[in-house]
Amino acid sequence: MDMHLTLTVDGEEHSLDVDTRTTLLDTLREHLGVTSPKKGCDHGQCGSCTVLLDGRRHLTCLSLAVAHEGASVETASGLATDGLHPVQQAFLEHDGYQCGYCTPGQVCSAVGMLREATEGHPSHVTADLIGEVDLDDDEIRERMSGNLCRCGAYVGILDALRECASQ
Amino acid sequence: MKDLTYLTADTADSAVELFAATPGAQFLGGGTNLIDHLKLGVATPDALVDISRIPLDRVEEYQDAIGSGLRIGSNVRNSDLAAHPVVRASFPAVSRALLAGASGQIRNQATTGGNLLQRTRCVYFQDVTTPCNKREPGTGCSALEGYGRHNAVLGASDACVATHPSDLAVALAALDASVVVLGPEGERRIALDDLHRLPDDDPSIDTILEPGELITSVELPRTAVAAQSTYRKVRDRASFAFALVSVAAALQVEGGRVSDVRIAWGGVAHKPWRARRAEDWLRGRAITEQTIRAAVAEELTAARTNAQSVYKVPMLTNTTTLALLRLAEEVAQ
Repeated sequence: MDMHLTLTVDGEEHSLDVDTRTTLLDTLREHLGVTSPKKGCDHGQCGSCTVLLDGRRHLTCLSLAVAHEGASVETASGLATDGLHPVQQAFLEHDGYQCGYCTPGQVCSAVGMLREATEGHPSHVTADLIGEVDLDDDEIRERMSGNLCRCGAYVGILDALRECASQ
Repeated sequence: MKDLTYLTADTADSAVELFAATPGAQFLGGGTNLIDHLKLGVATPDALVDISRIPLDRVEEYQDAIGSGLRIGSNVRNSDLAAHPVVRASFPAVSRALLAGASGQIRNQATTGGNLLQRTRCVYFQDVTTPCNKREPGTGCSALEGYGRHNAVLGASDACVATHPSDLAVALAALDASVVVLGPEGERRIALDDLHRLPDDDPSIDTILEPGELITSVELPRTAVAAQSTYRKVRDRASFAFALVSVAAALQVEGGRVSDVRIAWGGVAHKPWRARRAEDWLRGRAITEQTIRAAVAEELTAARTNAQSVYKVPMLTNTTTLALLRLAEEVAQ
């Protein structure tokens, strides 16, 4: 069964018909040609399909497109508006990737993670639930645990995000 | 995946009506478990009634004849509930349980109601090529003599040894929460501890909800003991994994003796396991390593293990001991 859908992706409005079973990830990649979010596991375990959905980090593989009528999607490629986004620049400077497949998901997740920390959200490793959030290495590792990197670029990713967190 | 009719509801009443009028329907919340099940073929609904746009997305203080507390809309996202200032200050076990679950992305998607109704992660339940009494009643249980590290050790049956995967449900069971449910017959309240059922001879049914009943909110009563609560989870990796065992605990001590204590366990049963025998044993006694171990042993007399799951007994004992001893230190300060 097809349904009509409107989505804003990286600032551009799209209007299309999709089968109700289509995930947001497949809609972006196969229907709109937006290939920045990647299909890794397709089961919510790797994070490579992460985008910012209405400003928050979100898995597009575990979302039906029709459930997000009218939503605004920001992908890693859309984050680079006037030159690279600071998180992208930090990944570049700290070798936060090797093959690059997980990188768009890592970047979107990191942008969302930094926003959550700015809003004071605690994490599993936060000792004092009602205290200030200090993004030390343990906090960054915990908060980024939903993004896997099979090349093992975690050391560089951590360096990049430590720098972003201090800015 | 078979063809799928997609419907949206704007209100809880219209969701219940749509469900009743639509054969083969299932409610869709955040989708983090259900969409995966559609792909795996574990869930095969003809239609989805999307409830995620119903404005059940607030956390509000309530006051009624029995007391006060927090009413949590069933669409409140796990991340928002974990970060809510009142939850962090007055119900720390709830924040801790949520933060111990899933990943940042999934917590942004998953809802309060959906978290409670997520299904077991038993590998056989999720693999449609294997027998599973929960997925296909009457086919047998592959986990009984198969991979059994995650098997239940309390309240299991010969038909099913699956565990309930929610962390949130364990904390809510410890703190005497209830769910408010709307169905064709109207509204009712169910104690969290009664929501999920043991497998007995029909593990295909996880809860006592009737088909078409919708959880609209969770009520979390404000108590002194809830403010002194915690959640500890043991898993195969440091983050983003389901519990091997977990413990929600809350403690109040007066004059060196336990005046109130709550213990609930995750990863060990078909439902969050409220350890009432252990609680009863501890009440009125001093909190020491010995008394806690004795109380846990009292509860675990009912445990049934095999060679692969037997590790859960000492792991649960040690985790409960650590959780309560740490709480006792905090309470003493």
